[in-house]
Amino acid sequence: MSPLESLRVALAALTDNKLRSVLTLLGMVIGVGAVISVMSIGRGSSAAITEQIESIGSNLIFVRAAASFQGGVRGAQGSAATLTLDDAQALADSVLTPDVLAVAPEISTFSQARAGRENVNTRIIGVTPEYEQVRNFQVAEGRFITAQDVAARRLVAVVGSSVSETLFGGLSPVGQTVTINQRPFRIVGLLEEMGGTGLAIQDDVIVAPITTVQARLVRQRTAAGRDRVQTITVQVTDNDRLEQAKFQVSEVLRERHQIIDQDDFTLTSQEDIIQARTDVNNVLTIFLGSIAAISLLVGGIGIMNIMLVSVTERTHEIGIRKAVGAKRRDILYQFLAEATLLSFGGGAIGVGGGWGVSRLLERLTISGQQVETLVQADIAFLALGVSVAIGLFFGIYPAIRAARLDPIEALRR
Amino acid sequence: MESNSESPLIQVEGLEKVYRLGSVDVPALRGVDISIRQGEMVAIMGPSGSGKSTLMNILGCLDRPTSGRYLLGGADVGAMNDNELAEIRRGRVGFVFQTFNLLTRMTAQENVELPLLYSGRDRRSERALEALERVGLGERARHRPTELSGGEQQRVAIARALVNQPSLILADEPTGNLDSKVGQEIMSIFGELNQNEGITVILVTHDADISAAARRVIGLRDGLVVRDEMQDGAER
Repeated sequence: MSPLESLRVALAALTDNKLRSVLTLLGMVIGVGAVISVMSIGRGSSAAITEQIESIGSNLIFVRAAASFQGGVRGAQGSAATLTLDDAQALADSVLTPDVLAVAPEISTFSQARAGRENVNTRIIGVTPEYEQVRNFQVAEGRFITAQDVAARRLVAVVGSSVSETLFGGLSPVGQTVTINQRPFRIVGLLEEMGGTGLAIQDDVIVAPITTVQARLVRQRTAAGRDRVQTITVQVTDNDRLEQAKFQVSEVLRERHQIIDQDDFTLTSQEDIIQARTDVNNVLTIFLGSIAAISLLVGGIGIMNIMLVSVTERTHEIGIRKAVGAKRRDILYQFLAEATLLSFGGGAIGVGGGWGVSRLLERLTISGQQVETLVQADIAFLALGVSVAIGLFFGIYPAIRAARLDPIEALRR
Repeated sequence: MESNSESPLIQVEGLEKVYRLGSVDVPALRGVDISIRQGEMVAIMGPSGSGKSTLMNILGCLDRPTSGRYLLGGADVGAMNDNELAEIRRGRVGFVFQTFNLLTRMTAQENVELPLLYSGRDRRSERALEALERVGLGERARHRPTELSGGEQQRVAIARALVNQPSLILADEPTGNLDSKVGQEIMSIFGELNQNEGITVILVTHDADISAAARRVIGLRDGLVVRDEMQDGAER
């Protein structure tokens, strides 16, 4: 008997007892559906995290000062005032750091910004012109900070879309004045709305020349009395050159800071951040997925249970089939095909159901954040493969029992 | 088909079958010698417990003897494994049971197709329909066993036994669940198959009227052949 005929015979047997088949199927449907939807959430949030972090630019290394250390008390990462604009300039030197494409130093602070009768507390970032390209800032209207602005410490600002909305309503902010720390800043540009959360909050921001922010708002000095910068974002020429670039940056900074043992700065690449965030996410996904997979096991046991009952019930039928010439193998295949059809059918419906559930979940918003899901083909095929394997694994014992029945004994039932 | 009348179709020598019930050995056959030629119609008679069903199961390759030799068409069946026995059942032997043993969820035609499924022949539905027509049930092919009378069900079973064109049909009390009129109809089908198509028919019965249709009667008692004689001018 060909495998196709085994399947046909098995399908006929399953449709003879529809309710039982459907109930058995349900175990697999729920198991596979749960795994698929959990995995879709896991993958969706991983993709969201990656997308979010990549939206702040590409191939970036963040150089920050190390923790301050005063009188035996260690401060937070980045609290030491060691990085300067000169450091940033040195890093941009294509001889010293050939794998660095662009360098964008920044310093930021939170401050109250006022325009007319409106005011807002927002982040003020002092930047150089390179920041626009390195951090993917798009100007919707007007212009970005220029080198002349930086050189002349001009009181100019570029505002984020939500700041503009708060201060000026629907009107164009360009040409208006915003007062920060009693200084009037002339608004020269409006940023494109960028959205994003967490690391990438970019709409609630005011951008100004770094020299202006250092002189008027932050006033932090390094040990040598220079104006400090908080972060230097380094853009690498190519993703493959990331490690080389890190090395070059470290070398330059060690040289400039005359470091012997302990670095006074830290390097974090964008990928490190993605890695760290998705690692946490993956652990959670695997944990939840494993719980869901237990229900697959339960589904498999359900199939085995029903197949054992079926063998007992159909002993007489097996006797008849053997009497008219069925070999052990024919009976074995028939029952194995039934178990596998149940598990595969359940798995297929489960994949569809899981996909449906993940689509429904996408409509949900949890604490202001939309749930992102992603059903990928590999997971779907894996689930189907596992379903078939479960059918074979839990079906083999009942099938062997059926195949081994003695025809005369079986006919007497 | 084994048409050589010199060498017998069935040759049984010193056939013994012992069942083990707990720790007790119960002999069912205690040294049976039978030789049956192609084209014979034989009735095996005997009281219950005489071992006639055991003999039928062995002749039909559903069971193996404990000792002794069974040659079917020259092949030593006693030495065959389960798969080889299944090959014989699907090709050379047709079995008809007292309780019909049809699958109730299938139509008559599907029941008749069943042996073809395992023997792997083509044109299954045509062959099954032909077999049903041979037993006069062509129009009832789409009925399920529960919609058929006992006699009709037994005819479906005969069609199923015929469908692989066996040289031997074994019938274990084929009329045991039928009234005598229907029983006679069934017997006449066996008679026609034997006379018109030369199929060897062996049937087990305890009904003397039924055995009268056979030309040769073998009597069994306590696992031994006690009678083996030809009847002249088998009556209907």
